[in-house]
Amino acid sequence: MAAGVAAWLPFARAAAIGWMPVANLPMPVAPTEKNKRQDEVIILNVSGRRFQTWRNTLDRYPDTLLGSSEKEFFYNEETKEYFFDRDPDVFRSVLNFYRTGKLHYPRYECISSYDEELAFFGIVPEIIGDCCYEEYKDRKRENAERLMDDQEDNKDAKLPNMTFRETMWRAFENPHTSTMALVFYYVTGFFIAVSVITNVVETVPCGSAPNQKEVPCGERYTVAFFCMDTACVMIFTVEYLMRLFAAPNRYRFMRSVMSIIDVVAILPYYIGLVMTDNEDVSGAFVTLRVFRVFRIFKFSRHSQGLRILGYTLKSCASELGFLLFSLTMAIIIFATVMFYAEKGSSSSKFTSIPASFWYTIVTMTTLGYGDMVPKTIAGKIFGSICSLSGVLVIALPVPVIVSNFSRIYHQNQRADKRRAQKVQKARLARIRLSKAGSSSAFLHSKRNGLFNEALELTQLPYKMSLSEQSSTKEEQHLGKSSSLLESQHHHLLHCLEKTTNHEFVDEQYYQQSYLEGGLQNYPPRSPSLSSQDGVTGTCCSRRSKKHNTPLRNASAPAHMQPLTHPQTHHHGLQELSTIHIQPLSTSRSSLNMRIDEPAPLNCQSSQITTAIISIPTPPVTTPEGDAHLPTGPSHQNVVKVSAL
Amino acid sequence: MGIQDMELLAIGVVVILFMAVLKQFGILEPISSFEDSSDSDLELSTVRHQPEGLDQLQAQTKFTRKELQSLYRGFKNECPSGLVDEETFKSIYSQFFPQGDASTYAHFLFNAFDLDRNGSIRFEDFVIGLSVLLRGSVTEKLNWAFNLYDINKDGYITKEEMLAIMKSIYDMMGRYTYPCVRDEAPSEHVDKFFQKMDRNRDGVVTIEEFIETCQKDENIMNSMQLFENVI
Repeated sequence: MAAGVAAWLPFARAAAIGWMPVANLPMPVAPTEKNKRQDEVIILNVSGRRFQTWRNTLDRYPDTLLGSSEKEFFYNEETKEYFFDRDPDVFRSVLNFYRTGKLHYPRYECISSYDEELAFFGIVPEIIGDCCYEEYKDRKRENAERLMDDQEDNKDAKLPNMTFRETMWRAFENPHTSTMALVFYYVTGFFIAVSVITNVVETVPCGSAPNQKEVPCGERYTVAFFCMDTACVMIFTVEYLMRLFAAPNRYRFMRSVMSIIDVVAILPYYIGLVMTDNEDVSGAFVTLRVFRVFRIFKFSRHSQGLRILGYTLKSCASELGFLLFSLTMAIIIFATVMFYAEKGSSSSKFTSIPASFWYTIVTMTTLGYGDMVPKTIAGKIFGSICSLSGVLVIALPVPVIVSNFSRIYHQNQRADKRRAQKVQKARLARIRLSKAGSSSAFLHSKRNGLFNEALELTQLPYKMSLSEQSSTKEEQHLGKSSSLLESQHHHLLHCLEKTTNHEFVDEQYYQQSYLEGGLQNYPPRSPSLSSQDGVTGTCCSRRSKKHNTPLRNASAPAHMQPLTHPQTHHHGLQELSTIHIQPLSTSRSSLNMRIDEPAPLNCQSSQITTAIISIPTPPVTTPEGDAHLPTGPSHQNVVKVSAL
Repeated sequence: MGIQDMELLAIGVVVILFMAVLKQFGILEPISSFEDSSDSDLELSTVRHQPEGLDQLQAQTKFTRKELQSLYRGFKNECPSGLVDEETFKSIYSQFFPQGDASTYAHFLFNAFDLDRNGSIRFEDFVIGLSVLLRGSVTEKLNWAFNLYDINKDGYITKEEMLAIMKSIYDMMGRYTYPCVRDEAPSEHVDKFFQKMDRNRDGVVTIEEFIETCQKDENIMNSMQLFENVI
């Protein structure tokens, strides 16, 4: 139930009069307001700035500091106000949350101070409204990154007890960790450069003897170049093998891009060694030498910018794809048009449409080599349209790619998105959980309330004597655990149940009982509630065989087996999963949910549920008993005592 | 000459494509959409309503000043414009019944509160209705309940009307109930209701039959006192 509509609860309860004439069952007792007090204005003094609000406003969120009795710790008797030694500016947002139900994040506020204030007042940041949530998450992520960067700088101090392999891997990844790593880094860089320059110079025509034609240097100084190549390849091979040895996950390393580049860079050499004398494949061998140029990509280990460029291109795949597609479309259109326009002119270079592709590409990219020019007037007109539209088509996706590059340069985008998706899912799950919490809260307290009634209704003598002792404890506990608002709301839902003569159950219980359908018939009710009629329970049945046994074992509560074993375990698992979503913090961490009840996840909880079943008098509750999440430890004691 | 035809055709196609491309880039759009001027923002957004003075409301209802103040604060918080329309009403009421669908019953409630049938509840209607429900005599409350059940306000509750009301109440329970709500449950409930209420067996329940039967039924009398101290 949203806190904002808490003011309408009296209205909803009044409207329940509409159900009264139709109901066949007597209505439950309304909760009395023990200390009914008029709504008063309370003063909150936050570091000297006084805020005033209605007490009801703060009571809307009983899980927070201001909504619960925890604020009494801050009450100042002399000045009759609540004093908090906190930041008054952030407190504005906190108080507005109570007033409007929406939590806003002010942009000028520092993220960590805001988080601290929220934690102090017991408010979960996940309920920040959608208007401010993006900003909040972005700032939080930046902060986390900054912290991580700081940590990484500190982490470079040598950790003790690292194996040789780990040291080597760290040396490869972070060259500035040790001098050896630095030396290795520069040596490999040098040899990459040497190798690339060698490949380039190989093809330059060297000075030659006057009678011979110019030969490239590669053919002139074959041995020298071969030795240089061999040296470089040996260094690269050694480096690759060392990396392979040091890698923590060799399979993953072998699949990584850098390792593939390494392999492709050195493979042509070895292939060339193997098949030097075979004439047929020498052509292929020559082609393989082209791959040697991939050695230049090894520089990307040495340059952060290069890596980012590659990453940008990968992540801008869609923009690049669009660019390519639109270009292709335009090329085909204009090539066709030019071909047909120039068809009439003599000695036209536009011999076919594919031949016109070259002209179109050159014109659209505004190169304009001039090897193909239109001669007809129509051709010239379309040629100019072609070049104008080329500018447009190419200029448009480029800024997108550029902005992508700059953005990626400043933050690591993809990993954060993955992390954010998990957080987003968790956030939505928590919000959904809190909304579902209102219905489960009702089912909770129904059991509590009916339990209370059971203690009153029962007439067995030993229970009487014990119930007097336990019911006061029970009442105290109940009075503490549910606010007046909640008890009124639950009373309302209870009235509805009585009107229709059906009960609210847990979804899970419903599904299970529905699945089991047709097991056993509904056992006869006790005479005190025989006025209920019309309940035959055809479509869902109770697992009453499980209920019969606890009645037998009613004398041994302490050693009661958890008979509804699969279900309670299932419930135990369900609780585990629900609590897993919430961070393991105090009871404040949920919006409106009563976490103190489902908190104790011990095996004894399953015993509790069966113990409740053992009470014969209100069989109405018995099917519910094992459907609910277990209660707190104080309930446990009470249950044990009265189930004698 | 065939080539010239081809040329013309090609020219035509290219010009059309060019215009399409320009339209895509939003350059040609103003020409085509010149006619629709956007005056949809000229609608006035809010209709506001101020309630009558506190003194008048105090005279019309049985609430004290403080109670009226507290009620108005809650009312205004949810509906700043001072009027509740049916959608808002349904959404507010549905929040109290998370497991079921309270919209049909909220619709009937809305009609019961909206005395002048103008489609929105003002604070006066709200408070007058509440006054009857919480501070009125038993007869007044029964009258109000009869008014709620009598959907077409003709003075008679027919079986169809009662069935609609009953279905809406059962809808509020939702799917997950014990025992499951069978399809015949509402109509069986209606039959029982008519058995109890319809004295002369004429198929409708009049206001007199209704009040008479309710006053004789102890359960109903007890439950009417239930919500005395809601505020």
